[in-house]
Amino acid sequence: MLMVLGYNIGPLLAQGMLGLINGAFYALLSLGLAVIFGLLNIINFAHGALFMLGAVVSWMLLNWIGIGYWPSLIIAPLIVGAFGVLLEKVFISKLYKLDHLYGLLLTFGVALIVEGLARNQFGSSGMAYAVPDSLRGATKLGFMIMPTYRAWVVVASFVVCISTWLILEKTPIGATLRAATENAALVQSFGVNVPRLVTLTYGAGVALAAFAGVMAAPVYSVNPNMGSNVIIVVFAVVVIGGMGSILGSILTGFGLGLLEGFTKYIYPEGSGVVVFVLMIIVLLLRPAGLFGKVS
Amino acid sequence: MEISRRKLLGTVTTAAATTALPMSRARAQAKPVFKLGVLNDQSGPYRDTGGITSVICTKQAVEEFSSLMQGYTVEVVTADHQNKPDVGASIARQWFDRDGVDAILDVPNSGVALAVSAVAKEKNKVHLNTGAATSDLTGVQCNENFISWNYDTWMLAQSTGGATVKAGGDTWFFITADYAFGHKLEGDTTALIKSAKGSVKGSASYPFPGTTDFSSFLLQAQSSGAKVLGLANAGGDTINSIKQAKEFGLTMDIAALLMFISDVKALTLEVAQGLHLTESFYWDLNDGTRAFTNRVKSKTPDNWPNMSHAGCYSGSLHFMKAINKIGATAAKASGKAIVEAMKSLPTEDDAFGKGSIRQDGRSLFPSYLFQVKKPSESKGTWDYYKLVQTTPAEQAWRPLKDGGCPFIKA
Amino acid sequence: MIWSFSRPQLLALVVMLAVIGIAPAFVYPVFLMKVMCFALFACAFNLLIGYVGLLSFGHAAYFGMGAYVSAYAAKSWGLSAEICVLLGGLVGAGLGVVFGAIAIRRQGIYFSMITLALAQFTYFLCTQLPFTGGEDGIQQVPRAALLGFISMKPDMAIYWMTAGVFLIGFLAIFRIIHSPFGQVLKAIRENEPRAISLGYRVDDYKLIAFTLSTFVAGCAGGMKSLVFGIASLTDVTWQASGEIVLTTLLGGLGTIFGPVIGAVITNTLEFYLAPFGSWVTVTQGVIFVLCVMLFRRGVVGEIAAKTKVSL
Repeated sequence: MLMVLGYNIGPLLAQGMLGLINGAFYALLSLGLAVIFGLLNIINFAHGALFMLGAVVSWMLLNWIGIGYWPSLIIAPLIVGAFGVLLEKVFISKLYKLDHLYGLLLTFGVALIVEGLARNQFGSSGMAYAVPDSLRGATKLGFMIMPTYRAWVVVASFVVCISTWLILEKTPIGATLRAATENAALVQSFGVNVPRLVTLTYGAGVALAAFAGVMAAPVYSVNPNMGSNVIIVVFAVVVIGGMGSILGSILTGFGLGLLEGFTKYIYPEGSGVVVFVLMIIVLLLRPAGLFGKVS
Repeated sequence: MEISRRKLLGTVTTAAATTALPMSRARAQAKPVFKLGVLNDQSGPYRDTGGITSVICTKQAVEEFSSLMQGYTVEVVTADHQNKPDVGASIARQWFDRDGVDAILDVPNSGVALAVSAVAKEKNKVHLNTGAATSDLTGVQCNENFISWNYDTWMLAQSTGGATVKAGGDTWFFITADYAFGHKLEGDTTALIKSAKGSVKGSASYPFPGTTDFSSFLLQAQSSGAKVLGLANAGGDTINSIKQAKEFGLTMDIAALLMFISDVKALTLEVAQGLHLTESFYWDLNDGTRAFTNRVKSKTPDNWPNMSHAGCYSGSLHFMKAINKIGATAAKASGKAIVEAMKSLPTEDDAFGKGSIRQDGRSLFPSYLFQVKKPSESKGTWDYYKLVQTTPAEQAWRPLKDGGCPFIKA
Repeated sequence: MIWSFSRPQLLALVVMLAVIGIAPAFVYPVFLMKVMCFALFACAFNLLIGYVGLLSFGHAAYFGMGAYVSAYAAKSWGLSAEICVLLGGLVGAGLGVVFGAIAIRRQGIYFSMITLALAQFTYFLCTQLPFTGGEDGIQQVPRAALLGFISMKPDMAIYWMTAGVFLIGFLAIFRIIHSPFGQVLKAIRENEPRAISLGYRVDDYKLIAFTLSTFVAGCAGGMKSLVFGIASLTDVTWQASGEIVLTTLLGGLGTIFGPVIGAVITNTLEFYLAPFGSWVTVTQGVIFVLCVMLFRRGVVGEIAAKTKVSL
């Protein structure tokens, strides 16, 4: 077998591939978080819970009214996104004038409510969500067997991430959004309805989280705790990438997944912590994150 | 909506439901009341292997025994320990201190069980274990207020592990739940493999609870070159491990060292067929087990009793027999006295037949190696097992001298 | 007067002392001890958020580590109770110096995120280091004797010790807040650039406050593990860090008695809601939202504002 630095290359690649799948979820989630932070200046602690809600909604759609995976991929994010819009209108919009910390605390409270309700309804052991028929099966890659569904996750999330980035960087809507981030008052004076823009942005960020949730359901099974397990890692991704940096969060998300994967092969026990070590190092060397602007 | 109904049932029973008839309730004023506390996982990965069905089986025992209670009544209370040792220990403490609970039953999750057994000893009450597997509970961590009923890690290793090694599976890789149970199951199985000249190629332990994706451990197992994948985990984790092993086309033999009938149901026969597993109870084993199951199945139609549930039934019956033997006053005063009486009496009931309890608190019953049926062989839901081999009670359990239980004098 | 209690504060203190003295006759003492441990933890946390304006989102690390070390000292080294608790505090402080030095380089949300990351790092250590017992925790911790000879086995004996530890910690924090050092801390909270321009070495002050806070948090954790005879991962999770933020916020940030009232409320809720599964979590969430939206000053803070006294 081929060796690199004393490690078998096959298993290393295989773990890297698995890491990339996790990375796909990190990227989707941190992307939404970065969009929200960039425009609203809110650390959305509820992001993990809304990710979970996406999975739960798709499970309910399937088991309660028989709507399958593919429609779910659109419907669940819309439902959760609408919930997000409501959240922003009723609660978050009242907090913009206050210290950032209150936004963090409020969304933390929302996360507790959503997760607690889900645990009451479904217990904490997780419910299976079958892989859609069209994505069943697996491909032999030589060094591993890659289930088709997991390959789809990586591709789909990559496409969504890049599209979002393109929309924000290359379209007039994106330009307005970025301008509003820089100076809301000025954009408002050009006749743009900034509060509505903000609300919709929050809804969109949340919908991205729910989309990730639907994608995750067949891989991790639908579990009320799935959000709280991942949210802290995603925070770290956003901080490493540079708060508010869209491209930074995408690249860091995928990169971190890979890094975790490799760590799982070289030092399995350390895979859970490598992200935090990286975060501490990055913050000590580049306080604004890898891709963040130093203010 | 099924789940929420069961949840509701759990909530109601938590508020200390009496199982005695309304008539006897009025008389209960004068008589001492014994309380059985069923402490288990009611929302997490072990909620089907224990959970509310354990409560139902305990109540079944109390109901059946009510006419034989000599001068006392029995109530059943229950709580969810969430698989956290500190939660379990503080509920136990409060039950013993404030709520007058005399015995705690079930307690799956070895980490929690170790904590609870220490509290039971401190307060001189009874811990009747039917849910936790680690053989340390009747070994180095044993105490005189403790009895283990239906299984332990040594017995599982001996039966499932032994059969696998005998069939040629002599190199292993373990996926292990990272707590007392997982490590003990891996340890006991490893000892058995080594004594049969086999070897262990490696192991990966994962955080419990909270792990749902086992793919990277499965790849480690595959690349280790071992013939057998040993699953030193239980409940939802075992189900996920096996499913994902299929997904990633794992070519190794799988030894699910601890599996319950509810796990087979969740996996479906399509996926589970051919697996070997060990239980000390199966509903379709003999007339007694069928009779017992017939009495309780209407109360828990979605989850027929497994060995842990049956253990709650059988253990509670034996507990009440022991109270009859020494009298309610003596039994109220000392949990140790109840446990001694339980050890001195032979056990007999529909679920486990005749048996006995050893000095170290180990109950002795035969263990059964089953193979999961093919879908074509099954006559319907719950008709899942073929009996492959019976290990008699004398050989099924770790010999007394090997346990290292401190209060047993050699 | 060196303690500089105002009259209402003195009154509140007397009431608190009376409650501590009388309550065990009516309420389950183990529950009261739990409340006091968390009240002390919340007071420690409040020293940072309420008086320096630093939101540490990883305070469970110091509390939990204190619990582990104290449990280990009692079980494996057989040390006496007060030494165990002090050791818990010292380890909390040791961790606090290092983590504080890293975290105070950044401000605002970044500070919170770094403390969170460092706490997760600690959590990881606790799952991996052999001495913590992994998921099982350190169990069967004996209730070590006070000073080596006063038995703490009866619940009421250890109750008085817990009360003592709580009161010492509570008064120490009160003293710190009202010292010249505490005045500088408040100046930093109000206007950091001005404090710098006045010539204060702000980072040093922050670090000292952080270390003091983590010391007290460690003591509180150590006391808890002796009371319950167990130290486990639950106390190191980020959810535990969140709960202590809630406790303090609910009672009143930057008030003396707020954290204590907060601990009483949250623990009582938890106690009565425990049989109803995850409704504890839901209720906590609702309280969080209500606090942030409606009464950001917390229970004690609102009372203090209404009556125009400082509590």
